[in-house]
Amino acid sequence: MKKLVMVCSMAAVLLCSATMALAAGTIKIGGLFSVTGPASFLGEPEKKTLEMLVADLNAKGGINGQKLEAVIYDTAGDATKAVQLATKLIKNDKVVAIIGPSTTGESMAVLALTEKEKIPLISCAAGIKITEPAKDRKFTFKTPANDHVAVEKILQYAAKVKQKNLAILTVTDGFGASGREQLKVSAAQKGFKIVADETYGPKDTDMTPQLTKIRSSKADAIICWGTNPGPAIITKNIKQLGIKTPVYMSHGVASKKYIELASPAAAEGIMLPAGKLAVYDALPKNDPQQKLLREYDAAYKKAHGVEASTFGGYAYDAFLLVTNAIKTKGVTPAQIRDGLEQTKKLVSVSGVFNMAATDHNGLDLSAFEMVKIHKGDWSILK
Amino acid sequence: MKKELIKYAVFALCILLAPLVFSGNYLMNVLVFVGIHTMLAVALNLLLGYAGQISLGHAAFFGLGAYGSGILSTTYNWNPWLAMTVVALVVGGLAFAIGFPILKLKGHYLAMATLGMGIIVYIVFNEWVAITGGPSGFSGIPNLELGPLVFDSDLKNYYLVWSFVLGCVLLSVNLANSRIGRAFRAIHDAEVAARVMGVNARLLKVQVFALSAMICAIAGSLYAHVMTFVAPPSFGFNISVELLTMVVIGGLGSIYGSFLGALLLTLLPEFLRFMHDYDIVFYGGLLMVMTIFMPGGLVRGIPDLFRKITGLKNKKGGAHA
Repeated sequence: MKKLVMVCSMAAVLLCSATMALAAGTIKIGGLFSVTGPASFLGEPEKKTLEMLVADLNAKGGINGQKLEAVIYDTAGDATKAVQLATKLIKNDKVVAIIGPSTTGESMAVLALTEKEKIPLISCAAGIKITEPAKDRKFTFKTPANDHVAVEKILQYAAKVKQKNLAILTVTDGFGASGREQLKVSAAQKGFKIVADETYGPKDTDMTPQLTKIRSSKADAIICWGTNPGPAIITKNIKQLGIKTPVYMSHGVASKKYIELASPAAAEGIMLPAGKLAVYDALPKNDPQQKLLREYDAAYKKAHGVEASTFGGYAYDAFLLVTNAIKTKGVTPAQIRDGLEQTKKLVSVSGVFNMAATDHNGLDLSAFEMVKIHKGDWSILK
Repeated sequence: MKKELIKYAVFALCILLAPLVFSGNYLMNVLVFVGIHTMLAVALNLLLGYAGQISLGHAAFFGLGAYGSGILSTTYNWNPWLAMTVVALVVGGLAFAIGFPILKLKGHYLAMATLGMGIIVYIVFNEWVAITGGPSGFSGIPNLELGPLVFDSDLKNYYLVWSFVLGCVLLSVNLANSRIGRAFRAIHDAEVAARVMGVNARLLKVQVFALSAMICAIAGSLYAHVMTFVAPPSFGFNISVELLTMVVIGGLGSIYGSFLGALLLTLLPEFLRFMHDYDIVFYGGLLMVMTIFMPGGLVRGIPDLFRKITGLKNKKGGAHA
C-alpha cells in the first residue's frame, strides 16, 4: 500500500511539472539527433550545441519576451524510430519546428511526414535529395552545404594547377555515394577525366588494393570521399606505398581528429575544402564569420571541454535560422517557414545563408576554404 | 478449439478498439510498427518455436519485401497490390529454393548459414546504388490505395496493417493446431523419430521456411508503403536479432506470445525515454531479468507471476486470520 501511494504521488508530481511547462508561454521546438548508434559523432555535438544555445538564449530573456524550449530525442540513427519520434514531436509535444535529423536517410524518411503535417524541418544532413526537387520540399530546409559545392571547390583548384586525370576513392555509405555521384557529374561537365573509380566499405581496415590500382592508372590527383576513420587509413596507406600523387580529401574530415588519426607526417600536403570553423584563426581579418566562429568554439570548449566540430555547427545554423525566422515573421509553423525561406545574409557557422524559394540550403562556394595540411595544422591555399 | 476461437475473438476486439484510447497520439504510429513487428515475430516463431529451426537472417526477407514493393511500385509504376503479391510469391519461391541446402544444416551451422544470407542481402541493398538508391535510401514510395481510400494517416495504416496481422495470426493458429503443426512439433522434439513415424521432415522444414519468408515479405511491403521510404539499416543483422529476442521473450511456440514480445520490445523504449541516457541500461537489465525469471517467455511467465502473487496473498491472509 505504501508503495502504491509513493508511485501515485510521483506520477502526480510528474504530471504537474508537465502541465506547468505547458502553461508558461513557451515556444517549443523539436530536435531529432542520432546521439547513440553509428552516427553518434554527428548527433552528440548537435544535441550539446542546441542545448547550449537554448539555455543561453533563455538566460538573455528569450525571443520577443517568450522562453524557448527544445524537446530533444535520440533516434539512434534509425529511420523508423526517427519517424515515430517526429510524430511524437508533432502530435504530443506540439512543436512549431523540428531541427534534425542527423543523417540523410533519416531526413528523407521524416520529411515525408513533416511536409504532410506542414511543420518546418531543418535537417542537419548533407544529401542533396533532402531539399530537391524544391517544389516538393516547401517545408524542408538543410544547413550543411550541398556536396557538389565541396566538389566544385576541389575541381576549381585542380583546374588551376592543371590536373586533368583524376582518380576517385569513395566510401560506400550515404556520404560517399553522394560524393561519388557529384564528382562524376561535375568532373564530366568541367572536362576532367576520371581514370579510376574505386570504393571501400565504411569498416574496411586496409585500402592498399584500391590504391595499387589507382597508382597504375597514372592519375594526376586522387580525390577521396569519406568520414573518419577510412580517410585516415587511406592517408597512411598512401604514405606506406610511397605514392607521390597529390591527394584531396572531402570536407568530411575537416577536423584535427583526422590529422591525429593519420599522423601529421602522413597527412603532410593533403588538401581539402574545409568549413571555416576548422580554420577560423587563419582567416583574413575582414571575414564576416570569424567573430561568431571564435565565440562558438570558446563557449563549446568551456561547456564541454572539447573543440567545437563542424557537425555541432549544423545545429547552430539551424537554431539561428529558426530563431531569426521567429523574430522576423512569427511563431506559427507557416510563419516560420516563410521566415526561413526569406533568410538573407544570415552569418552563421557553416557560412552566410541566403535562402530562396528554389534554394532551401542557401550556401555557396564561399562556405568552404581550400586548405593544405602543413606540420599538423591547416594553412589556407590561395 | 472453442477456446482458441474465444482467444482470437478477444484479441481481435482489443485490436479493433485500441484506437479509441490512442487516437491522435503518436503511440498510434508506434502501434502500426508493433503490427509489422508482430507479423515478423509470428513468422519467425513458426520456424523457430514450432519447427525448431533457427534463423538469424529473417530481416533479409523483410527487406526484400520492402525493397521489392518499393522499387516495383515506384520505379516501374506497378500497382502496389500487384507488386506486393508478386514480391511475396517471389520471396517465398526464393526461400523455398535456398531452403533445401540451408535446412540440411543443424544448430550453429544453420545459424551461420542464415546469418550469412542476411548479410549478403544487406550488402546488395547497400551497394546496388542504381536500383536501391544505396546507403541514402529509396524514397517516394506511394501509399496503398483501396478505391477512394488512401492509406495515408496513422489511423488508416493501423487498420490496414492490423487486418493483415489478424489474418496472419488466424492462419498461424490454425496451422499450429493442425496435423502439420503437430508434425512440426515432432520435428522440433526429435527429427529422427518424426521421420521414422513417416513425417517428411526435409520437405516440411523447407515449406515452413518459405511460408515464414512470405509473411516477412508481406510485412516488408506494408512497411515500405507505410513509411514511403526504405533504407538498408532497417534490414540489418541487428533487426534479425531483435526479432529473435521478440520471439524468445514472448514465448517460443506461442503465436500470442510473439505478439506480446513485439508489443513489449517496440513499446518499452518509448516508455523508458524519460530516463534519457540510462534507458538502454534499464532496457538491457529488464530483458535479462525476464529471460532469467520467465524462461518460458511472457505468455507463460505472466500467468505464473499472477498465480504466485495471488497465492502469496492468500497465504498471508490465512496467517492473519
